[in-house]
Amino acid sequence: MTPDLNLMSLFIGSIFTSNILLANFLGMCSFISISKNMQSSNGLGIAVTVVLTITGIINWLVLNYILIPTNLLYLRYIIFIIVIASVVQILEMIIDRVSQSLYMALGIFLPLITVNCAILGVALFIEIRQYSFWQTLLYSLGSGIGWWMAIVLLAAMRKKIEKSPIPETLQGTGITMITIGMMAMAFIGFSGMLTVQ
Amino acid sequence: MNFIFAPLIISAISSVLAALIYITDLIANNYGEVNISINNGKKDLLVKGGSPLLATLANEKVFLPSACGGKGTCGACKVKTLSDVGPVMPTEIPYLSPAELNDSIRLACQVKLKKDISIQIPEELFNIQQYRARVEKINDVTHDIKEVHLALPESMTISFKTGQYVQFEVPPYRKIKTPTFRAYSMASEPAENNKVELLIRLVPGGIVTTYVHEVLQEGQEINVTGPFGDFYVRDTDATMICVAGGSGMAPFKSIFKNMITTGTINDRVIWYFFGAKTSIDMYYLDWLYALDEKYPNFHFVAALSEPEEGTKWRGATGLITEVMDQYFQASINKDFPLEGYLCGSPGMLDACMDVMKKNNMQEDKIYFDKF
Repeated sequence: MTPDLNLMSLFIGSIFTSNILLANFLGMCSFISISKNMQSSNGLGIAVTVVLTITGIINWLVLNYILIPTNLLYLRYIIFIIVIASVVQILEMIIDRVSQSLYMALGIFLPLITVNCAILGVALFIEIRQYSFWQTLLYSLGSGIGWWMAIVLLAAMRKKIEKSPIPETLQGTGITMITIGMMAMAFIGFSGMLTVQ
Repeated sequence: MNFIFAPLIISAISSVLAALIYITDLIANNYGEVNISINNGKKDLLVKGGSPLLATLANEKVFLPSACGGKGTCGACKVKTLSDVGPVMPTEIPYLSPAELNDSIRLACQVKLKKDISIQIPEELFNIQQYRARVEKINDVTHDIKEVHLALPESMTISFKTGQYVQFEVPPYRKIKTPTFRAYSMASEPAENNKVELLIRLVPGGIVTTYVHEVLQEGQEINVTGPFGDFYVRDTDATMICVAGGSGMAPFKSIFKNMITTGTINDRVIWYFFGAKTSIDMYYLDWLYALDEKYPNFHFVAALSEPEEGTKWRGATGLITEVMDQYFQASINKDFPLEGYLCGSPGMLDACMDVMKKNNMQEDKIYFDKF
């Protein structure tokens, strides 16, 4: 059964209150390692958004037209991963051929994204929450934008933190984890206003 | 029927995706044949484009150093590009210094071959080959050092600078289940390019040295890879201060033999200090003293740190560092530029470095091979 959710609130909710990164803690690995650099964070953020949206839709199609009719729901993990990996491959090749500058900005992050658990996480949420096509589209897009926003915010903060007198033991990943924790609290603080499920 | 149906569905989906990837690859990733020109045409390779440079070169048997296998995490596969190969990838930037970026140095694993390119790699990388060598002869030179003569396959030759080393592979034996690799300096000279001579000292408990001393037979075949290393004689006319101990003799044997062959041994002043514990650890003395007598610029000093009582010993007595220090005070012309060449155990090397620095030698002019 498709949940009765206003599309707009789903979209806004997936960006802010149910941010895939800060509420569900998915996609942390590249979040922490790439956020050292503003430009890379931006590129990775865009790439995640694009890949999330495309794979979200394709996985929805696979789920509703192949897995559910054939009663093979238990294969979803394998199938979703295969779909994500292939789509990323194809996207990378196309971007590489079509535009060198786009490839420089996005393409190099694509292989990183294949193993980003946020992508698989979104596909599984879509399945668990039984989203409709439009809900899937907006939820995937929203989650991508949310991830993008979170990494850019963190990159900006880390730039400031770099110049601050941090105790030696907390420098690097230590202070980053604390920062992420505080960001998460701030985001989740609004979850009463909008709940995505 | 599910057990047949499920794999079928997975296979069907995978095949469709694989076909899609294949088609995209054919259309989008088809760069045709590209030409790689290495070192200004010294070698030209016509290869299929679309793959990273590192992997393509490896397929063509040009081995760039790489520790991560092309994932862009080690930064070892640096090459100098002479033609445009596209913009520098963000994945490369952490491994390249501003000077290298200016110099169009790139990571070969991140450069995708899309068009004809021209690159420059260190000349010696061409030379690195794996040889299936036959053990021709094993001689005892002291009670614990063996001279191992290897004959390279007839169709192959090795070209190296004196002082470089090869990787010696020992196959699994006794309780050792995996092949073991150790580096040994070559004691043969470049003129004998179809053989390799190594000096291998028995290290108690050593996997490779025990094998060489107890298992290795004449006539047996063994793998060696090389040449490697940046311990070689610099082309200057500075006085060479060479210090060695034990099997550290090997590179110097190669260096001096090569100098004799090429007639350059009298071109610069050479001091060769060789240290051992007792007279049974000494070797090649006759040859080296003969060189000392024959060539006025070649000076050989042998020192025993613990000479046995009662045996006659014509050389110096004491630690090689002390002996060298005395010569620094008395005989070596310190106004002339000096270069240090050291080969021996880390302890000996450090002590020698201290003595050399104390005698005002520049640290960057001291070259060494630690083992």
